[in-house]
Amino acid sequence: MTEMTTPSRRQLLTLIGRMGGAAAMYQAMTAFGHAAETQFTGPPVLTGAKPGASVVVLGAGLAGMVAAYELTKAGYSVKILEFQDRPGGRNYTLRGGDSFTESDGTVQKVQFAPGNYINPGPWRIPHHHRCLLHYCRQFGVALEPFIQLNHNGFIHSGSAFGGKPMRYKEVATDFRGHTSELLGKALNAGALDQSVSAEDKEKLLEALRHWGLLDNNMAYTSSVHVSSQRGYDQPPGGGRNGAPTPSQIAGLSDVLDPQVWTAMSFYFNYVMQTTMFQPVGGMDMIGKAFARQVGKLITYNAKVTKVAQGGDGVTVSYKDAPSGKMQSVSADYCVCTIPLSIISQVEMQVGPKLAAAMKAVPYAGQLKMGLEFKRRFWEEDDNIYGGHSFTDQAIAQLSYPNDRMFSKGPAVLLGAFARDLGAFQLTAMTPEQRIEAALKQGEVFHPQYRKEYMNGVSVPWSRVPWILGCTSRWSEANREKHYRNLVEMDGRVVLAGEHASYYGGWMEGSLLSGIDAITQIHERVTAA
Amino acid sequence: MSERPALLLLALPLLALLAAPAMGDTPGSVQAKNNMAEGKALFEQICAACHMADARGSGDGAIPSLASDANLADPAYPVGVVMNGKGAMPPFAELLTPAQVGAAITYVRTHFGNDYPQPVTEADVRKLAQP
Repeated sequence: MTEMTTPSRRQLLTLIGRMGGAAAMYQAMTAFGHAAETQFTGPPVLTGAKPGASVVVLGAGLAGMVAAYELTKAGYSVKILEFQDRPGGRNYTLRGGDSFTESDGTVQKVQFAPGNYINPGPWRIPHHHRCLLHYCRQFGVALEPFIQLNHNGFIHSGSAFGGKPMRYKEVATDFRGHTSELLGKALNAGALDQSVSAEDKEKLLEALRHWGLLDNNMAYTSSVHVSSQRGYDQPPGGGRNGAPTPSQIAGLSDVLDPQVWTAMSFYFNYVMQTTMFQPVGGMDMIGKAFARQVGKLITYNAKVTKVAQGGDGVTVSYKDAPSGKMQSVSADYCVCTIPLSIISQVEMQVGPKLAAAMKAVPYAGQLKMGLEFKRRFWEEDDNIYGGHSFTDQAIAQLSYPNDRMFSKGPAVLLGAFARDLGAFQLTAMTPEQRIEAALKQGEVFHPQYRKEYMNGVSVPWSRVPWILGCTSRWSEANREKHYRNLVEMDGRVVLAGEHASYYGGWMEGSLLSGIDAITQIHERVTAA
Repeated sequence: MSERPALLLLALPLLALLAAPAMGDTPGSVQAKNNMAEGKALFEQICAACHMADARGSGDGAIPSLASDANLADPAYPVGVVMNGKGAMPPFAELLTPAQVGAAITYVRTHFGNDYPQPVTEADVRKLAQP
């Protein structure tokens, strides 16, 4: 166009960013209709670091690695201590040939065919997690769609539909239809005349008729019209038998089972809305991408035992696991990303407020299972391509692979994503018992299970030795009392990780907290 | 806009438990009610997930041992911990009934080298669970 003298939106934002800092830029971006969905305004700008300033990072998960990456870029001297023999933390993937050892020494060998995997930890990425997507872009991590909402997935409840699994599209359409009919009846009986103007009443009745697929009498009844959303007995075809026949709607009582509206409501969650993504080939592609940048800074097999700090620096003591030797690292500052579920094993020299906050955060103990089958019967027989099926049994849900659809040969589905009591029940079992439970419960959806089953692996997070829990689970009361104390720098030590964020259990939270932690360090360094 | 947070705060105690997990990466289903009544079954199927079948915890102290545990002498302590959570342990007040909590605690207080025969009843749990 002709506006050569007018700064482009990007130039303007850069200018505002330079002059007013990130907060001003964020405000401006929001005014432009950008960025309202994230607190991420781009990687931190850490200019003016003192030459030689040093930071020791505890933990080579995403929080620790993003901290190390950005600090190094800004000129800091960084070392990372990692308890395990690999980078990534909870960002990891199990494939054939891997083995997994539980806290009581139980070993499971993963027997998946080449190319198959499960992501025991994070496994889906919301489209608005822009910080994570930024680093995926920057490091060239290939992403593909994660099929979240599948209308053809199943909903199962032992106390509705005679225990028979129903398709999501059937129950969601029926829920909408029945509730629309009831609201229509209330409107027509004048029951809501105090709350709704005559004009709005007409509009609402019209909306309910269409939205709820109601008939001429404002009733929700089985029809080809209704079947155009909930599915048919005989779907439309061609030629002489082309005419469809309607399916039978379910009754109101069944449709009011909490499993129905819980699933519908689940897909409305901010963090669950489509589009979602996953890395091609496994979630650990992200951890590995970070490790390509900062891997040379990592000391593996280092079990931190003490974090001591004084006026002039931090000293971290750790045991080198292979040799059993005690070692130490000193630095000006420390970013500690050790999960709070195991931080009690480290003698942390911190003030009483942070010490109390570190003890105030419960952890969820979720469990995932990967089951490998000889073929993709969910695709071939049941027309399910990615997405989920939900149940009120302990396994809670099945999730179907989002990649390599239509391929021949063995494939892995997520045979359980259990939480709360269901997760504890499965965790307390032996690996063999867990598989048996998952087969028995999953058979409700897929009678092909037993015939096609090959092998499986279960990951009970409460028994993952290096964390003994899955993700932080702040209550609002605890947040009010302890969150600020947890995330604010204590002397020369600052915490980071998903537990130090409002995005508990999401990689985005780990990254954003890592960035805030090093921003605090940098502010201290440059203020001095 | 600026007055909204204040209004929301009033509703927090009720909303907190319901709203918090929705932000996490959690399953999208409702679980059937768990009707286990026996203390032994509750321990073996729920508590043992973390405290292990022999009640010795994680060995390194992060998940404490319940074996020969003097902290169990006064029922108020285990009831408070189970109902309200402690450290990384989640609260069970929303997951188990007071009767189930009482049965599980009674079982642990009389096994694994613990000898506190006085049962912890549903009423005890209700009374002692006040945070």
